[in-house]
Amino acid sequence: MALSTRHLLGIKDLNRNDIEEIFTTADTFKDVINRPIKKVPSLRDVTIANVFFENSTRTRLSFELAERRLSADTLNFAASSSSVSKGETLIDTVNNILAMKVDMVVMRHPYAGAGVFLSKHVKAQIVNAGDGAHEHPTQALLDAFSIRERLGSVEGKKVAIVGDILHSRVALSNILCLKQLGAEVMVCGPTTLIPKYISSLGVKVEHDLKKALNWCDVANMLRIQLERQDIKYFPSLREYTMLYGLNKEILDNLDKEIVVMHPGPINRGVEITSDVADSKQSIILDQVENGVAVRMAVLYLLAGQN
Amino acid sequence: MQDLTLLDGPKFQITIQRLCRQLIENHNDFKDAILIGIQPRGIYLARRIAEELRAILDSSIMQGDLDITFYRDDFRRREGPLVPNQTRIDFIVEGKNVILMDDVLWTGRTIRASMDALLAFGRPAKVELLALVDRRYSRHLPVNANYTGIEVDSIASQKVVVSWKETDGEDKVVLISEN
Repeated sequence: MALSTRHLLGIKDLNRNDIEEIFTTADTFKDVINRPIKKVPSLRDVTIANVFFENSTRTRLSFELAERRLSADTLNFAASSSSVSKGETLIDTVNNILAMKVDMVVMRHPYAGAGVFLSKHVKAQIVNAGDGAHEHPTQALLDAFSIRERLGSVEGKKVAIVGDILHSRVALSNILCLKQLGAEVMVCGPTTLIPKYISSLGVKVEHDLKKALNWCDVANMLRIQLERQDIKYFPSLREYTMLYGLNKEILDNLDKEIVVMHPGPINRGVEITSDVADSKQSIILDQVENGVAVRMAVLYLLAGQN
Repeated sequence: MQDLTLLDGPKFQITIQRLCRQLIENHNDFKDAILIGIQPRGIYLARRIAEELRAILDSSIMQGDLDITFYRDDFRRREGPLVPNQTRIDFIVEGKNVILMDDVLWTGRTIRASMDALLAFGRPAKVELLALVDRRYSRHLPVNANYTGIEVDSIASQKVVVSWKETDGEDKVVLISEN
């Protein structure tokens, strides 16, 4: 079965069957990456450019590893060390890369909608690796895949997304993906970091962390994106940590065991303490491992459409 | 043209039994041998042969399933992506004698992909091939089976369908001709 979309620009382009198909394929790739030889030859005739206009470590490495394990040829492009700094436009940059016979572009960009814009102007398939505060579809897919792996399914599960919802592309993609799979979603954070439109997406809103944790099966603790905050949204990091930071004491005082997630990178001691991040309830490293398998599945299924 | 039944009933069972005896001749107690069925339909053959061998030898036989989807050479030449099946190899392949099994040997491309896929699990001492049906004179690659249940000469438009009691209600091999 093929995906219903030619590009992966956002979760909003995927239907439930697409997501299930990605998960089924990722299950098989997870098996592949645990073999002595972690590589398959499926994409040996495909060239993929990783075009990163914004800094990234784990997403770029995860995509690069996924591409190499599928035997694709890869090109890596970082805007900071390129002609973009000389004033070259996005389309010119990408068209120059495509002139080198590139089939797919994995792009991260600081502006929302950059992937959509590009998909309308170039022939290559586009995978959005995060566009501004808009979407980060592969992160949402790997998060939902990790929940499915730990809890058996996503349907009917209660997921609280805690922290900076306003600036988070992970939050929006997570909400869309989890809702699509039948989960109940709550967002929790200071009023200033919860966008006003959010309840129109069918999610609950809570400002009390303990109430959110008592309600949920899974807590996805988002990073405070200080680099995106041009004005102050809360008085101090210390106050944020006191009200919205997850520590072992809070976790142990809950009357049930919840799963803790974090998309990384963690500000240890801010969103979650080290003992929570490293606890048995945390699936943070599973998320990282699953990221490679899910990205392999996405690239494989998209490449198969040619 | 009518559909032609190539194997069924006692003849089917005798063919399986014969293949088992041939395997025993070469692999004795199967201490160093592994049976691997190629997904999707070769796994039924491998399971059936493993079951028969266990009954004959009264010993444990290592048997696994191998999916070759990611190793096929027709990916991106089809309408949509190929859907993978499950691989189940819960033992060490390194240094063992592996007998790959498939229901039908035709172009040889599946077997080429299987050998690629198998090598991702380690380096076997030896790899053999067992096919229930060998469609002769239609090879795209230089592949031959070490053990063959039945040989058939067919044209490209014909199909060989193997049914298994476990999944289809009866053991049968039919050559189907399009009208």
